[in-house]
Amino acid sequence: MLIISCIKQVPDTTQVKIDPVTNTLIRDGIPFIINPYDSHALEESLRLKDRYGMRTVALSMGPPNTVATLRKAYAIGVDEAILLTDRCFGGADTLATSKVLAAAIERLTQKEEVGIVFCGKQTIDGDTAQVGPGIASRLGFSQLTLVDRIESIDFLRKTIKVRRKLEGRHEIVEAPLPVMITVVRELNRPRYPVVAMRLEAEEKEIKVWDNSVLQLDVETVGLKGSPTWVSKIFSPERDQGEIIGDGISDPVGTASLLIDKLLSKDLLTV
Amino acid sequence: MPLQQTVFIIIFAVSVFSFLFSCYQRLQLVAIGAPENRFDNPWARLLGVFSYAFAQRRVLARPYGFNHFLLFWAFIVLLLANAEFLIEGLISDFSLAALLPVALGHGLKLLFDIVSVVALGCVLVAFVRRLFFSPEYLGTDYTRPASGEALLILAMIATLMIAFFLLNAAHIALGQEVSWRPISSALAVLLQGLRGETLQGLAQVAWWIHALVLLLFMNFLPRSKHMHILTAIPNCYFKSLEKPNTQPRETFEKGARYGVSSVEQYSWKDLFDSLTCTECGRCQDLCPAHSTSKPLNPRKIVHDIKINLLKNGLARKEGATGSLPLIGAAKEGTICEEAIWSCTTCGACTSVCPALIEQMPKIVKLRRHLVQEKAQFPEELLNLFENMEQRSNPWGIAPSERTKWSGQLGDRTFKPGETEYLFFVGCAGAFDNRNKHVTVALATIMDAAGVSWGMLGKEEQCCGDSVRRLGNEFVFERMAKANVSLLKEKKVTKIVTQCPHCFNTLKNDYKQYGLEIEVLHHSQLIDQLAKTGRLKLHQQSGQGKVIFHDSCYLGRHNDTYEAPRAVLQAATGRLPGEFGRNRENGFCCGAGGGRMWLEEQSGSRINLERVKEAMAQQPDTLCVSCPYCMTMMEDGLKDLGLGDKVRVKDIAEVTAEALR
Repeated sequence: MLIISCIKQVPDTTQVKIDPVTNTLIRDGIPFIINPYDSHALEESLRLKDRYGMRTVALSMGPPNTVATLRKAYAIGVDEAILLTDRCFGGADTLATSKVLAAAIERLTQKEEVGIVFCGKQTIDGDTAQVGPGIASRLGFSQLTLVDRIESIDFLRKTIKVRRKLEGRHEIVEAPLPVMITVVRELNRPRYPVVAMRLEAEEKEIKVWDNSVLQLDVETVGLKGSPTWVSKIFSPERDQGEIIGDGISDPVGTASLLIDKLLSKDLLTV
Repeated sequence: MPLQQTVFIIIFAVSVFSFLFSCYQRLQLVAIGAPENRFDNPWARLLGVFSYAFAQRRVLARPYGFNHFLLFWAFIVLLLANAEFLIEGLISDFSLAALLPVALGHGLKLLFDIVSVVALGCVLVAFVRRLFFSPEYLGTDYTRPASGEALLILAMIATLMIAFFLLNAAHIALGQEVSWRPISSALAVLLQGLRGETLQGLAQVAWWIHALVLLLFMNFLPRSKHMHILTAIPNCYFKSLEKPNTQPRETFEKGARYGVSSVEQYSWKDLFDSLTCTECGRCQDLCPAHSTSKPLNPRKIVHDIKINLLKNGLARKEGATGSLPLIGAAKEGTICEEAIWSCTTCGACTSVCPALIEQMPKIVKLRRHLVQEKAQFPEELLNLFENMEQRSNPWGIAPSERTKWSGQLGDRTFKPGETEYLFFVGCAGAFDNRNKHVTVALATIMDAAGVSWGMLGKEEQCCGDSVRRLGNEFVFERMAKANVSLLKEKKVTKIVTQCPHCFNTLKNDYKQYGLEIEVLHHSQLIDQLAKTGRLKLHQQSGQGKVIFHDSCYLGRHNDTYEAPRAVLQAATGRLPGEFGRNRENGFCCGAGGGRMWLEEQSGSRINLERVKEAMAQQPDTLCVSCPYCMTMMEDGLKDLGLGDKVRVKDIAEVTAEALR
């Protein structure tokens, strides 16, 4: 059984600034990182590999420099890394992105039974949380979002039971395989690569699939296949905060003041 | 040949064989260690032997060391006396005195007699100390001050001395010897009343006791902590000529191993160290982790390596798995992970060890294995490592924020060929809000003195100190290479830092990457500027009582103790007050060795211990010279509710205030 993790290389958003004139992200000189939620998706696939011996594939759509991120996936232990890159895939919104990713997964299912597709719950650059569900819908997979724990996998009945982290509550649900799971940070702690595997990762082959492999209609992918257009990006004005209490002379009283305040604004759940 | 002599020759031969065999066995174990070149620069090494072994420099650093100094020299002198004794036993009618000019023969007799009584006195002092006045640090969980082994060896030495006197006294009483032995002669007076036969018998018994105990003693050496009698002198010869904190680089290639997970991966010198430990406990006494009840004790690390070597060494040599893991749940011969992560790399252990054992580097080697081969480390470090790799600073703040502090200074870019000093601001100086004040203070001082200085600005990267001490050599190597090539590209020839960790890394570690330029800590630069009159300071007394806390990376790791004190004297008009433990004996703030980024899970907090020590001096201002010390001292004072009473200031801040 194959486990796929979809990962995206994103600009390190703590370092991204918005160009006030063009309303676009200034990406010059900004380092790329693996989308943090995706690193938890990757980690979970590796944990299942460690536990059940399943084969793992890391899949990423992006420009050719995405190989750097896929090498990191090799360094922590995925069996295969595939880059989906083609000029015609560029400029894609979530609809077009999920189409390409779904096509790649479809291609993998022809050779091997795909059990689980892991995605991060969202990316830190787009924050839409739509690609994972998009993939699931296109492939007809069960869709389990915001998962913070894998409860069990029943290989005979081919079902998976997970815990979803919702606002103020958890939900335990079961679904038939194959399944698309989006993960939250609480799911696991990503591993750190050991040196030997980092060195090996430098030499490993990253498969590149372009549109000559996937054979998609160019009108349905990339910019052309993306109905979304961005009219403006801006940082919202933030209201000035306030200082309550005196944390130095009365830490306990101040803490309860703060809790009351947060409760009154519905920012805390009892 | 008399029967006695025959018997002695046989016993002697067996003893010598057994002694040599034990030594061979031990050295064979040492030989399984990894290669390391400790044979270069013989003159510097001989100088080390003279200073540390024969002059007992480190031993004498503590008052009781004088007793050991006397005993050491008594042993050296008595080596000759015992050689004479043994040869006399092997060859009939041998007499050393007969071979020497008469005066010299008499002189030697006098010397042996006096030295023997000194040795006996020293042994008595040692007995009394171990039994009644033993310092806490003599004991630990694998031994105690009055351990059987320690007392046995003392008893043996005492017996040797007493037998020596009895033997000589009997001979003198029999009139067989012209006395040049005052103590033996005095004893002979007491024996005067005895009959000749009794005296003969006494002499014979004394001779045999002396002979047997001597051979027993010799055989006991390699099997006990007294192995140091044989190994301490060579250990001084093989000392690290570099600062022990600057560890050898590792080679990153396919199939290579990193750090140490099994005893034979240690270098032969590490293993030799383990056989040299005298169990004096001084490292344990000064270790900040041990003092605050963490599971780390540098002396136990060395002991565990020894036990592991003795148990696993032969198996490992033959490629078999040893029965005792080197890293694992703590037991004798196995080091637990918490101990490994507790080290602040302050270097107190390495700087206090009389036998020049390098304890701390052995811990970093274990970290190198855990991080690079196992990716097994305290949770907090995952963030640190990622921040270092992605944003080249420990906090993970955007590199574009690096120059935020310098807004009002205008363009201070380092211009190759024009600017004299590169001000390597460092991560704390650039990102930590409190330490930005120190950065500004130093910039102000350099401007006031007319120093030509510039910065790398957003191009500056972290020096990599924390990752190196934490064992992440792979990431450190990348950072070091990038920094060295940038510094070379900018044609930097002089660097000033405000952080002892940047200072130490740029100055010492980067030498391994081909960077050999002048690196100054700001205390050194300010001291120079004040001394040469380029900096005009108005000595001000507004700081109240000032006390100075030594940074380990400035002091112990770079022997810079006086510069920061001189700066404070120039700025305040008098030398700062001192902690009870200062300079070489200084006590870490708790943040070195990457501990800045780790929680203190067990025991009490190191910074609180240090702040309490400061309060004994009732200071108004606690002066530091390191951003980590700044954070730890401020936090410690706040935790004790003393944040308003005592200010923590960097020496640069105090100096900048004296400019006004």
